[in-house]
Amino acid sequence: MLTKRIIPCLDVKEGRVVKGIQFVGLRDAGDPVELARVYDKEGADELVFLDISASHEGRETMVDVVRQVAAELAIPFTVGGGINKLEDMKRVLRAGADKVSMNTAAVLRPELIREGADYFGTQCMVVAIDAKWEEETGSWRVYTHGGRTATEWDAVEWALKAQEMGAGEILLTSMDADGSKDGFDISLTKAIGNAVTIPVIASGGAGSSDDFLDVFNDASADAALAASIFHYKETSLTHVKEYLKQNGVAIR
Amino acid sequence: MIGIIDYGMGNLYSVSKALERLGYDYFVSEEEEELSKATGLLLPGVGSFRDAMAILNETGLKAFIDKEVARGKPLLGICLGMQLLFEESNENGFAEGFSFLPGKVKKFPGQDSSGTSYKVPHMGWNKLDIKKPESFLMNEVGDEHVYFVHSYYVDTEDRDVLIASADYAEEVPAVVGKGNVFGTQFHPEKSSHAGLTILRNYAQYVERNDA
Repeated sequence: MLTKRIIPCLDVKEGRVVKGIQFVGLRDAGDPVELARVYDKEGADELVFLDISASHEGRETMVDVVRQVAAELAIPFTVGGGINKLEDMKRVLRAGADKVSMNTAAVLRPELIREGADYFGTQCMVVAIDAKWEEETGSWRVYTHGGRTATEWDAVEWALKAQEMGAGEILLTSMDADGSKDGFDISLTKAIGNAVTIPVIASGGAGSSDDFLDVFNDASADAALAASIFHYKETSLTHVKEYLKQNGVAIR
Repeated sequence: MIGIIDYGMGNLYSVSKALERLGYDYFVSEEEEELSKATGLLLPGVGSFRDAMAILNETGLKAFIDKEVARGKPLLGICLGMQLLFEESNENGFAEGFSFLPGKVKKFPGQDSSGTSYKVPHMGWNKLDIKKPESFLMNEVGDEHVYFVHSYYVDTEDRDVLIASADYAEEVPAVVGKGNVFGTQFHPEKSSHAGLTILRNYAQYVERNDA
């Protein structure tokens, strides 16, 4: 049986991890490679690096980071941020990343997913969706540009479209839950998970081990992604995985 | 020394670096002359079966690999590279493989025998069910998890080639082998302890073979 995946996410800017990560004994808490190594040791099933660099130099630095992580770690990882064309995908995948994640660029031009899938296979294509509940329509709307721009897309419709275009996985962030620490968005995750046949990674809202248990048991998420809960040592990956195991979730 | 076959399909960097970390010599090449000097070959692969076979046929690497395997040189196929070792696939249209091992490559139906649907691709960590613990590839490997990512799997009736499998609605061949031809459906270089151990076991086998 396939196990549920726990995925820490690292925001990287100009080659440095942003958001002060609190690990004791790290020589350099801003070094993405060193943090990746720590998370690997703690049992991370995968890693996601989100490149939030604004400059061309920053993006180039990210490729070096990807190369170093691939050279040192034996777990899969995804790179998102700045993937706007096939060339961008080639750059990070050839540097050793296993998957690329697209968000705004895919909404603006869904053919980008197809181009990547034709070239690298659907398993390399992750489509990241930022969704927010809309009371008036009683549905979730897709946002782009880091949550600043509302689109015409309904989240379920867009997830289906992304799958049709060749996405191999959906990285679903609930804008309502994100930062709340009140748990993952169960209804959103369920709605998307029921609609698509590809794996769904739930993101946004993780505050405790119970939140992970809920999103796997109640929303059938295939994986759960979290950042600050691990970075700020509110709980550890090891603890979350142990707790899930005790509660009957299939965990590596 | 292991020769990694570069035919433009696959992530050669990660597997090269894994061999390097394990302390084994390797080189990456697309040249027959150079690859013929290798004492063991590694066939990576990401992408579609048909495209991969088309390139291998066009470049003459197919004939070269056939010849080397017939001479007894060890070959390890990874992911798509493992699937190519079998007879045929219908991924993006019919294509013939190397036929070193008996079996056909099929798409996961996405629905089990009771009609319950499941996710395709088979993506994530799944447990190895070791069928042949005596195989050198399984040396120091337990019932550990390895990382899979694929939408097609090998359907084979020859139990003899099955070294380890994983359960995902179907019995998914995970580690296969016969004679001097081996394969892993998962990426050993991305599969933590078990994956690296299998890679090391292959590298050691190649070294022993050389002695």
